[in-house]
Amino acid sequence: MSNQALPRPRFNAPEPERGPSKQGSKAALKIEARTTPVLQGKVSEIPDIVFGWTMRLCGLAVVALLGLIVYQLAVGSQLSWHAFGWKFFGQSDWNPVEDQYGALPFVFGTIVSSLLSLVIAVPLSIGVAVFITEMCPVALRGALSFTTELLAAIPSVVYGLWAIFVLVPILREYVQPLLAKTLGWTGLFSGPPYGIGMLAAGTILAIMIIPIISSITREVLTVVPQHQREAVLALGATRWEMIRMGVLRNARAGIVGAIILGLGRALGETMAVTMVIGNRPEIAKSLFAPGYTMASVLANEFTEATGNLYLSALIEIGLALFFVTIVVNALARLMVWSVTRGQPARSMA
Amino acid sequence: MPDTTSNSAAEMDPRSSIPPISLRRRITDHVMTGVAVLTVVLVLLPLFAIFAYLVYKGIGSINIAFLTQTPKPVGESGGGMANAIAGSMVILGIASLLGVPFGIGAGIFLSEYGRNRYGDIVRFVSDVLNGVPSIVVGIVAYGLVVVRQKHFSALAGGVALAIMMVPTIARTTEQMLLLVPQAIREAAYGLGVSRWRTTLSITLRTATSGVITGVMLAFARVAGETAPLLFTAFGNQYWNWKTDQPTAALSLQIFTYAISPFDEWHKQAWAGALVLIILIVGAVAAVRIAVRHGTLAGA
Repeated sequence: MSNQALPRPRFNAPEPERGPSKQGSKAALKIEARTTPVLQGKVSEIPDIVFGWTMRLCGLAVVALLGLIVYQLAVGSQLSWHAFGWKFFGQSDWNPVEDQYGALPFVFGTIVSSLLSLVIAVPLSIGVAVFITEMCPVALRGALSFTTELLAAIPSVVYGLWAIFVLVPILREYVQPLLAKTLGWTGLFSGPPYGIGMLAAGTILAIMIIPIISSITREVLTVVPQHQREAVLALGATRWEMIRMGVLRNARAGIVGAIILGLGRALGETMAVTMVIGNRPEIAKSLFAPGYTMASVLANEFTEATGNLYLSALIEIGLALFFVTIVVNALARLMVWSVTRGQPARSMA
Repeated sequence: MPDTTSNSAAEMDPRSSIPPISLRRRITDHVMTGVAVLTVVLVLLPLFAIFAYLVYKGIGSINIAFLTQTPKPVGESGGGMANAIAGSMVILGIASLLGVPFGIGAGIFLSEYGRNRYGDIVRFVSDVLNGVPSIVVGIVAYGLVVVRQKHFSALAGGVALAIMMVPTIARTTEQMLLLVPQAIREAAYGLGVSRWRTTLSITLRTATSGVITGVMLAFARVAGETAPLLFTAFGNQYWNWKTDQPTAALSLQIFTYAISPFDEWHKQAWAGALVLIILIVGAVAAVRIAVRHGTLAGA
């Protein structure tokens, strides 16, 4: 209730009164047209109707686009679907020569590299978002958020280029030997340190999704009502306690949404991953080992797919990737919306 | 409790009745501030590393030949990416021609006609479309254009990038149009201006700089895309101006050169990356300046 008085994000502000007031003004226009002699002739309704429906058609085109994508992928993957069924995602044998296709190594690689990137990116992004909204001097705020947004403007292929020539050597020379020495007993960090492999893919993905997670987290944190902060501070909390109890707890759902949105991006990211993951369809426990993801097998093999079944199998991987990212993104949007749409912040009880 | 034994001094200064914050809590506070600063440093470090390395590696390889010549065969030094730069422009031009009108139209629908359930559906679908992996969009464009035309083409690449531009432009256009005060629309209606005229000449006009911002951001986003071009535009070592033939693109060329084993090509990849970044960051910066000093600054 008291939320209403607080400054809202700009895109929420004009919504409530929009619908009725427009109809009111249109009715007023009609009366005016009939009563005042200033207007020459009658305003034709036809251009209005045509324009209105053209715009509705454009809106419809967006929905149609989604339908088109689903249709194209579904038709393209028919052959492979009939040949393998659900087994397609359970088999790990990928052999174009014998026309045997199983997508398990790619599914595995996509999941592992994405989760690894979340493990690295989530604490960093939340830290940055908290710093920018709660701690940082106002003068620095704009510059910092601009700089983190710049990270999002760098094309994937440039990240990949940098990863090949800078990140991978650093991992190979310093990080991997260290990890092998300290955490080698877990089995996650064993084997020869090539540099290239799952760890490199996860790291470059993390760098790429940090701007997304941190900018949405920032948005969510700014929506937390100021009086929540003031209330916690008034109880004698330190700044960190205020952030933990007054801010982060209220923004939970939105932050989770931001993380899932980052996950969606990581799942579908292609170029940078393809350039450093090693592109070998194997399932290995060690993060040092090379792997393969769903997106990168498409990037590497789609143009070389000779047989119809081969192409169809690749399109089916695309279809699966599409559905997973759609579900993940829809979930994330709903969670972010539930916070930024100005629903009352959950009480702290 | 300290506040029950309050004396006259405490009544004058209420703060003195609050117990002091314990050392542990104060240390936690400082440590967490330190952690937050550390995360900022850790995030900014790769950014600066990427830019520094890019400039350091790229600047030495950019020269007149790079900007005017086509790639040389393996083993020969020199050559450039002129055809790829031109090819990128052609592909992006096609993408903009196809994507921008639809995107702005959908944005107008969302803001002026879509304040209802149908609008919510379109809004949700475009947000979801924004998250579709670019490589999947490439498959769709392949099926739509390449299969029908029987070969890779700039047109197919343009279609793929246009599909990616539409949802972004739609959402930003909507947000910008919503910033235009309702009173301005009503003033136009009051003068007897029809609805379509009001939308185009008053609402859209007022939000022009914001809408352009959205278009430029969408443009910048797809300008560096590589994945959807792999099997649509395909790439080309030679000049090509026909929209139905395989066409080189800057991002594709960078990819090909980066994963090649030749030092000479690596240098070219860095130069290409620098050119690409300059184009994109230039567009984003220009957009920010336009927003700050444009008509929207006062809205």
